[in-house]
Amino acid sequence: MSELVLVLAIPLITSATLALVGHRRYAASINIAGSLLTLLAAALLTVHVISDGPLNVLDEQFFVDPLNVFLIALTALVGFTTSVFSRPYMRIEHDHGKLSSGRLRLYHSMFQMFMCTMLVALSTNNIGILWVAMEAATLATVLLVALYRTPESLEAAWKYFILCGVGIAQALFGTILIYFAAEQVFVHEEGAMLWTHLYAYRTELEPTILSLAFVFMIVGYGTKTGLVPLHNWLPDAHAEGPTPVSAVLSGLLLNVALYAIIRCKVLVDGALNTHFAGNLMMGFGLLTVVVPSFYLSRQKDVKRLFGFSSIEHMGLITFAFGMGGGVASFAGLLHMTVHSLTKSAIFFAVGHAAQMAGTQVIDEIKGLIRRSPTIGWGLMLGTLAILGMPPFGVFTSEFMILTTAIKHYPWATPILLIALGVAFASMFGKVQNMAFGEPTVKPLAHNPALLPVFVHLGLVLILGLWIPPYLSEWFRQAARMVG
Amino acid sequence: MTPAIILSDALGGQLINLCAAIMLLLGFAMLAQRRILSLINLFMLQGAVLFTSTVIVAYTTHQSHLYWSAGLTLTLKVIALPYILHRLIRKLSVKWDVETILNIPTTMLVGIALVVVAFNVAQPISQLSGTIMRATIGIALACVLLSFLMMITRSKAVPQVIAFLAMENGLFFAATSATYGMPMVVELGIALDVMVGMVIFGVFFFQIRQQFDSLDIRHMERIKEE
Repeated sequence: MSELVLVLAIPLITSATLALVGHRRYAASINIAGSLLTLLAAALLTVHVISDGPLNVLDEQFFVDPLNVFLIALTALVGFTTSVFSRPYMRIEHDHGKLSSGRLRLYHSMFQMFMCTMLVALSTNNIGILWVAMEAATLATVLLVALYRTPESLEAAWKYFILCGVGIAQALFGTILIYFAAEQVFVHEEGAMLWTHLYAYRTELEPTILSLAFVFMIVGYGTKTGLVPLHNWLPDAHAEGPTPVSAVLSGLLLNVALYAIIRCKVLVDGALNTHFAGNLMMGFGLLTVVVPSFYLSRQKDVKRLFGFSSIEHMGLITFAFGMGGGVASFAGLLHMTVHSLTKSAIFFAVGHAAQMAGTQVIDEIKGLIRRSPTIGWGLMLGTLAILGMPPFGVFTSEFMILTTAIKHYPWATPILLIALGVAFASMFGKVQNMAFGEPTVKPLAHNPALLPVFVHLGLVLILGLWIPPYLSEWFRQAARMVG
Repeated sequence: MTPAIILSDALGGQLINLCAAIMLLLGFAMLAQRRILSLINLFMLQGAVLFTSTVIVAYTTHQSHLYWSAGLTLTLKVIALPYILHRLIRKLSVKWDVETILNIPTTMLVGIALVVVAFNVAQPISQLSGTIMRATIGIALACVLLSFLMMITRSKAVPQVIAFLAMENGLFFAATSATYGMPMVVELGIALDVMVGMVIFGVFFFQIRQQFDSLDIRHMERIKEE
């Protein structure tokens, strides 16, 4: 229990500290230290859960089970590596005069606040608090997206704010509906908003209301996940915000929103005993895989390109959970993990590449490998990994998703394959031109911190070759629960 | 020993239905309102009606935690937010009329269609609800959808934000009608989010006007799709 309190309290305290001293030179180090402590606390929590089983603490308001424990660990890990990456990155941005010291303070403080809200959203047992934490995460990231205060970044932030505000209001209505359905069942019992209680009584919940609630939930949290046709905010927010923010948006926030949908699906499946929720998720998922893959080739901005790629992968994961069953859900969880690691690694490399070129326009970035082999190869390998090349972990999860689709939904397989093929064709050529050729880019003023890129890609490689037994056991347990 | 006013269930139910009707009427009024100051006043009025209906439910059903929820509505939606909005308008010195993208009669017709949809969607919920306000769930959903429509049809930043806040009103009304409100900790969290959101909106208004010389969202078309 104390570990969980630490996991939630450290980012909050760090955020408050950075609100005071975030503009000083040592602020970036405090940011790293805070993130490292959070990671250590998350590691302790994970060890605790491995040895003693699921936790249900603080008056049952918080809980940790196989479904969220790995997401908490992943969030803390990517949060830490992003803070390491952001130190030289933000320093260069500051030197280029893109950011004042005051903005830097806002950035550091909001980064930690954002981590805190995501960790609360992941660990809370109360579906109402889950909503509150998601909304708080939106507010924190809106400030981060608008950090540069350029007209474009303000436009992106406003779009993000309005679209996600509307979306998340639908999710609140869905939450109210679930609470309402639970009130009918929990006449003599407290805790009609606690997920564990709802899970215990899921078969008795009123089916019509739950199916209605799920529609509102998938539209609401789906906006935040970037499901087509509610994805409009995502590429803009990724392109206009600072790169560390793009990395945590893609790598973490989308996962958290998807996690909320999955939690809801479990309840709806229990109440309905049909494949209604799954079908809805498959529909949204398939659309979300296909549409962005055709947008990829038209992108001129490198961060928008990878933003669209994130949408596509979220669609793939949603589709996997929609199919359901042990293998597909396992693949969905694995894909969440490897996508998060790979995409944040790519954004780290892309961020520095854009700094070297002084632009985010793909055509004007050339010869990265010649100028800086680590950045160039980091980007190249990351792109190969995200496009599903073996032996990286993305290949494993995509392979599992495709084989399940062939077995149960053969009609969907060609659609998925075409979308993945189109994505490969449009992205690989673009990135190849950026990595090779005569350099147009200049070296960086400060040494970039590129260890995170290779740590992430290394982990993805390991997951592609060998999944540690305790991790696969969690995935199996979580997949059994998700159904 | 008899209390000064005895509110029977029937009378309470009627009063709440009246409040619900006024909520819906205000939703339409906001949809049709062109002037920004009147829009803020309508929003304040909607908050006041929400407050009244919550107090009536609390009184007739003896749900004491609803008084807190009502107090929250009063301080936030009737006093704090309209005050902040008025101040913002003064500081930004926006006096122009609000114009809509669609013309008003069309918007109203779409609004009526939305109300019909809302009642159909809410039907299964109303049948199951045991609360005295079950008839009003459809209206609450209609209020949410009307605010949604307002958000889409407005092109200026301030009306969009008011629509966003009105949507929150509708959601609270839904929560009170369906379940006698949500647990206190959740309502407090939502109120906090709305408050912080409002502060950020306020900061944004100034930034947007500085960058675009206007609060018109249509000027924000810098990001091209390709």
